[in-house]
Amino acid sequence: MSDPGVGDSETFRQRARDFVRANLQPASARTPAGALRNDRTDDEELAEVAREREVQRMLFDADLAGICFPREYGGQGLTPAHQKVLNEELAGYEFPTRLQAPTLSPCAAVLLDFGTEEQKRRHIPAILRGEEIWMQFLSEPSGGSDVAGALTSAVRDGDEWVLNGSKIWTTGAWWSDWGLCLARTNWDVPKHRGLTVFIFPIRQEGLDVHRIEMLNGSKEFCQEFLTDVRVPDSDRIGDIDDGWTVGTRWMFHERMLTNSPLVTVPVGFGHGGTGVSSLVGVAARDAGRLSEPVVRDLMGEARMLDIVDRELRLRIGEGIATGSMADQSAAITRLFSGVSASRIRTIGFEIAGTAGAAWTDDDGQLAFSGDDYLMRQVSCIGGGTTEMARNVISERVLGMPRERLLDRDVPFRDVPRGRASSRS
Amino acid sequence: MLLALSSDQELFRETTAKLLDELVPVGELRRLRDDPDGFDGTYWRRGAELGWTSLLVGEQHGGGSISGQGLVDLALVAYEFGRHAAPGPLLVTNVVAATLDENGGDGFDDVIKELLSGESVATWCQAEPPPNDGLGRTFLDVRVEGDDVVLNGVKRPVESGSRADYLLVTGRTGPGLTQVLVPAGTAGVSVSPMHSADVTRRFSVVAFDNVRVPLHSIVGEAGTADEQVERQLGRAVAIGNAEAVGAMQTAFDMTVEWAFDRYSFGRPLASYQELKHRFADMTSWLEASHAVSDAAIGAAAAGVPEAPELLSAAASFIGDYGGDLMQDCVQIHGGIGVTFEHDLHLYLRRHTVNRALYGTPAEHRQRLADIVEQEDLA
Repeated sequence: MSDPGVGDSETFRQRARDFVRANLQPASARTPAGALRNDRTDDEELAEVAREREVQRMLFDADLAGICFPREYGGQGLTPAHQKVLNEELAGYEFPTRLQAPTLSPCAAVLLDFGTEEQKRRHIPAILRGEEIWMQFLSEPSGGSDVAGALTSAVRDGDEWVLNGSKIWTTGAWWSDWGLCLARTNWDVPKHRGLTVFIFPIRQEGLDVHRIEMLNGSKEFCQEFLTDVRVPDSDRIGDIDDGWTVGTRWMFHERMLTNSPLVTVPVGFGHGGTGVSSLVGVAARDAGRLSEPVVRDLMGEARMLDIVDRELRLRIGEGIATGSMADQSAAITRLFSGVSASRIRTIGFEIAGTAGAAWTDDDGQLAFSGDDYLMRQVSCIGGGTTEMARNVISERVLGMPRERLLDRDVPFRDVPRGRASSRS
Repeated sequence: MLLALSSDQELFRETTAKLLDELVPVGELRRLRDDPDGFDGTYWRRGAELGWTSLLVGEQHGGGSISGQGLVDLALVAYEFGRHAAPGPLLVTNVVAATLDENGGDGFDDVIKELLSGESVATWCQAEPPPNDGLGRTFLDVRVEGDDVVLNGVKRPVESGSRADYLLVTGRTGPGLTQVLVPAGTAGVSVSPMHSADVTRRFSVVAFDNVRVPLHSIVGEAGTADEQVERQLGRAVAIGNAEAVGAMQTAFDMTVEWAFDRYSFGRPLASYQELKHRFADMTSWLEASHAVSDAAIGAAAAGVPEAPELLSAAASFIGDYGGDLMQDCVQIHGGIGVTFEHDLHLYLRRHTVNRALYGTPAEHRQRLADIVEQEDLA
């Protein structure tokens, strides 16, 4: 193994460039994974996952995986500047899209922050080799934004814990390997104080993965049902009943999204994992409307939003990294990118005209813009709603009064959980 | 504004802010409301001594920057100008000084010296009356006749047109652009004041009726100034954006304070979720404006190919989203927000006027569409 720590960033750039050009294929013209389009068969999806694992392994063998992960866990121990160089050199090439979020961040990031030495040594190198794809078992069907109100229970049984409940909104759990799970271990204390975090393999007895069909037919999202899933205590992350300490950091990593230096995102790869403003231009051309001033106005707006989104991420990332901004400022990029991505969907739909209502396979970039519009709000819901981001910004960044919490100092067992229980 | 400044830049920004606090507090801005120039000479010279007019001028002409990137340093001044709604021809004088400096200006040495000391001010006669006021459109006629150059046409709005000692006039000679430096008071130049949405800056109509000046008044070469004019527009956009972001910052800070201080129905405005969420949106627009403005200024200072795209992205975003932010600040203040007595309008005006100069958001979006077409669809 060569010494990956060597050299300035230009030496590193040359090494990255040589690897990328010699080993990787140009990025596929197809819509990237995560766009929630119903445009792949399961076999195609599995083939892409397999290729991404393979590419991740190639990156690992070339000392280009886990740039900002510590060397003792298989990473390169380099800086965000090196990650940026790699992102630049990967521009226009394939990369392991599905292995970034949530595997590298927030899941691996949480392991780095809270995992035991043994847990880190076991999982992080495996993640960096592409052998373990992780999912967040965080949201629940009953919960939505109230993550700390988790109902999935974990009950101690000797050296093990027994988990029961249901988690939802995992992307691709049906081809993933491990889960990071927030569960309730104490019902007699207020909700934030009775949680604990566990990890476990997804493919096991008692864990049923159900694929959710979205309104456009996409089946990327899953719901899991846990029935007496047994987890050894050695697979607990953080202290018993202290899961909210882990959870707070977990959600910070989630809001950092592609701003995290732990994640690889080639330059020019659109936000929300969907092509964006250049695709809006392609749509205008495919619609034959490039000469219409109104369409050009929309093209300009889409490009503007793309650029501003990128520059905002850089600014907030810098602010958090240098400590001039609170970690909670990550909510600012989350809010902006959610709202601007939904606006860009609307622009694409607008430009498509009647092809937004009905399209053929020959409609190029206009195809699916109607479906995309129907799914528009996903960018403001997934990864924590924009409403939650607005609460975080106003309360944690601007210091405005917190919303009244009626479940704050009450044993979780006594907190109303629906219309029926609140009537008593 | 940039998150990380060098200690020299921070000192410069702070000194500028202190001077503005001292010389043009809001009481002074109100007093200057009916002043024909909108600022006084002593104020301007004090700022010039600090370096407000020398940052875009090379050392061989007596200028110099703080960081090596004069536009980045100037943007710090512009940001403070916006934060204070400060008067004075900062944008136009700097654009003219840079142009004279870049065009080898040995013949303009004395003028540059006067601009750097603050003894004189210059302005840029760029836009023309509607409907010919589109971004970058130029119709004013510049003809070379023997040893003279003759100008015919009308420019408006010209900032500090009645106060300026020198007018840099952008005109057309056949297919190409020509720029001419015309001293104020030259025969055939008439200046008439305009009404304005601003109270701190003055704008004029400047008409050129067979204005005849010597050939050496041409800045650069006749008919070849197109690229130079684009550079000037880029600088104007960069400085205008930085000012606008400064004005947004002050208005936002005032409104946050207000939300904590003002109680309705027994609780502060800041406790209402509907308002908290509006403040969150405004925070995202404000931070995004800082981010894209700084990126554009950095790119323009470095002269990289992405600069025009970033400048137009910044101008269109800051114009539109900043306008919404400003009006939300007014809304959250309620009735007091639309009175002259309250200070909010000073910053609202700064943003509003800048939004309409050097390209509206819609014009910058058209420029972005051109770039998308050239880059992605070629």
